[in-house]
Amino acid sequence: MSTLTALARAQAVATGRAQAVATVRHLHVHDHPMVLIPLAMAGEANAPLAALAGTDPARPELLVVTQPRDRDERFRFADRLGELLVSYLDSFTDVTEDVPVDRGKDVRTRYVDAPQLWVPNPGGVDFLRLFGRSTRFRTVDGEHPVPAAVPLLGRWLTFFANSAEVPGSSLLLNAVQALGLHWATGQSGAEDAQLGVLLAWIEEGAVAARAVENGPVAGPATDPDFDNRVLAPLIERQAPELPEVLRDLMLPTWERMWRTLNLLRRLPAGERVAQRWDGDKDAFTAFHQYLAEGGAPQPRRDGAVAAAARLQRLESAASRYAVQRAFDDPLVLAEYRLAGAAFAGTVTLAAPDRVDDTGRRPVLRPRIMVRTAEPVRVEPGTSLTSPARPSQRARVISVTPAGSPGESDVLLELSGGMGRKLVAEPGSVPAAGERLVLTTLSEEFRRSGSLPDPAETPWTHGGPPVVAEDSAGQADQQ
Amino acid sequence: MTRLDELRGPGKAKRHNARTIAALTGNPGCNRRAVLDAAGVDKLKLADAVGFPGSFGQSRFALSRGNAFEAMLKADDCALLRSVLGAGDAALGYQDLGADSDDTLDDRHSRTARLLASAEAALIDHPLLTLEVAGQTVYLEPDLVAYAHEGRLQVVEIKSFAVVDGQAESAKVSAAATQAATYVLALRQLLERLGMDPLLVDHEVVLVCPRNFAMTPVAVRLDVRKQLATLRRQLSRLASVGEIIDALPAGLTFDLNQPSTELTAALEQVTPRYAPECISTCELSMFCRNEAAGTTGALGRPVREALGGIETVGEVLALASGSQPPTAEQEEAAAMLRHALRLRSEALS
Repeated sequence: MSTLTALARAQAVATGRAQAVATVRHLHVHDHPMVLIPLAMAGEANAPLAALAGTDPARPELLVVTQPRDRDERFRFADRLGELLVSYLDSFTDVTEDVPVDRGKDVRTRYVDAPQLWVPNPGGVDFLRLFGRSTRFRTVDGEHPVPAAVPLLGRWLTFFANSAEVPGSSLLLNAVQALGLHWATGQSGAEDAQLGVLLAWIEEGAVAARAVENGPVAGPATDPDFDNRVLAPLIERQAPELPEVLRDLMLPTWERMWRTLNLLRRLPAGERVAQRWDGDKDAFTAFHQYLAEGGAPQPRRDGAVAAAARLQRLESAASRYAVQRAFDDPLVLAEYRLAGAAFAGTVTLAAPDRVDDTGRRPVLRPRIMVRTAEPVRVEPGTSLTSPARPSQRARVISVTPAGSPGESDVLLELSGGMGRKLVAEPGSVPAAGERLVLTTLSEEFRRSGSLPDPAETPWTHGGPPVVAEDSAGQADQQ
Repeated sequence: MTRLDELRGPGKAKRHNARTIAALTGNPGCNRRAVLDAAGVDKLKLADAVGFPGSFGQSRFALSRGNAFEAMLKADDCALLRSVLGAGDAALGYQDLGADSDDTLDDRHSRTARLLASAEAALIDHPLLTLEVAGQTVYLEPDLVAYAHEGRLQVVEIKSFAVVDGQAESAKVSAAATQAATYVLALRQLLERLGMDPLLVDHEVVLVCPRNFAMTPVAVRLDVRKQLATLRRQLSRLASVGEIIDALPAGLTFDLNQPSTELTAALEQVTPRYAPECISTCELSMFCRNEAAGTTGALGRPVREALGGIETVGEVLALASGSQPPTAEQEEAAAMLRHALRLRSEALS
């Protein structure tokens, strides 16, 4: 918990209203998302009880398993959900766009847009991951055949659940975390986990939030009291009204999901959100093509090389996401200022045309002096970046105490982002009087380490992975 | 009538179990919980009586699946349990000490002790163990099988949450590990009292869970040394509850027949330590949360720490705006809060 967010929580307590912890929206909100609210059967290993799903706020589709222990009914549920999901996904595969790659020497084709799924909370994401695991290895023939949409659903849900782990990806989002990224309430994180309460805090404040605390849960776990008093008798006597009871249970959450989306849409999107969404479009396109070519289900566990590669991707996505959020949002950047990883100041001197001719050929190296009242915890030689000029590097030459106490003068030498000539492009060098934030964060691309081919996995990491087992393994899946 | 009976009133005493001990050690600084648990007060009814009811039910679907799984493992003289434990030895006996009423607890405990002392190869079900908690002897009725083989004892816990591809929900695994550690500790104390080597009880426990999405069992071995160390430390930190009780005003009681105003007044006599984690583990949490409104602790420990450990929200904001001068030890926190407020206001303007 950063001090800034904690302070926002304190302010929320005092005012009774949620406080902003972001000035822009840090995720992509689709114009046509699909909302999915899963409910699980208590006690069973991730068995579905019901789901409310759809792309039209006015017409949610209800899926119910009236006898949760009935295997056939469970697969009819998966089949129907699979059809719903796949028809939504397929609506994005009509139009493609060409993107230049390799510095414009080549082009690559991808779909112009990607789908977006919304669930109420992190538990919903976990439910989809496990439901994907329980369906993706099924086969349409053999001893226990299932409808064709079932294994396809499993592969897609696994894809979405995996992408939800990638920081900054907006393919599968959950309302609780999306709201928490932008607002702080005057209650604890544990209490924020309940979507109804969190949303009430943001929309109306503390009093309204308390009032809905005992309202219907947003799943996937049901309330034990509901199970015992309502659900169990209905299932026992195979009551025809069971579906309607479940619909009524989920409808408040359904409405809250769409309200969450509208609330987020009202925030202006951060500058780099579209860039991350492009990455999501690439991922969607690639997986869609993989499936079109008859792609096998994702393995139960990644092999050593695949796992290391995935970890590397997640780590670089995490650091890129952190930097992008700070560059997009002064309130996020303020956290780095508080922590000493950034400072704000005013340019007092600027030598924009300074040329360094000590090397083989002269290079443009303007220098500026920045005065700041904030603590500067950087050593000479450190490279800094200003979010206003992300492609320009500022190397710290010296830090000296300035006239009044607590202030320092930072001398910086600039390189990059000024054009190709020995005279800087107008406006590319900060002028005297300009206010500037400088940070150790950088958007610079970092090369990741290279990994061996899976077939050459060293024995220290279990040797090359053994294939074949996964495609046939049926016995333990019931 | 002992002081504890007096505190509880005429109601029947609630007994400790591994779960309540885990909750108690999870928040060892809470005198209120320590006292109420020691006296065996029914906290659920108490919470209801003071107007802050909580819901702590368990779904009957979850219960029936748990029972079905356990019955399946124990059917036919534990045939399935033996095979999943790899205990093929036909000579391995199965003894069920069964459940019994309160007045025969001592008897069952001594039978447990006798059996464990002599057991060489056996599965022992429903043993009755004791543990010293906050200066009190607490009976534990683990629904477990102590698996005695090759002169060693191992705790086996049957849980009905699924292990999918070798992974299970971490919250459930850690709860099970803490519970199992409680049993390991209790078994070790028992052996010690019998003059045997406590280390005969393995620090590796066996969790038997359904594998993947079916009811096929799988045995997973868990090293609970870390949980044991935590448990020991927390149990020793639990201020001796006797001292706390002695310091309470004479005549104080949580007799549920009193009017709610008097019960509330009685509760206020015992210092709580509310944290948001209480919500999922303590029946009285809604009462304490209401009481703790306006404190930084009610927002969670990380928030409190990020705010420099300042006690109340009002003080945090007063220090941040500079309207309240900081005390000597608040200097550092106050400077950080002022800087934070400046940065926040600048970014939001």
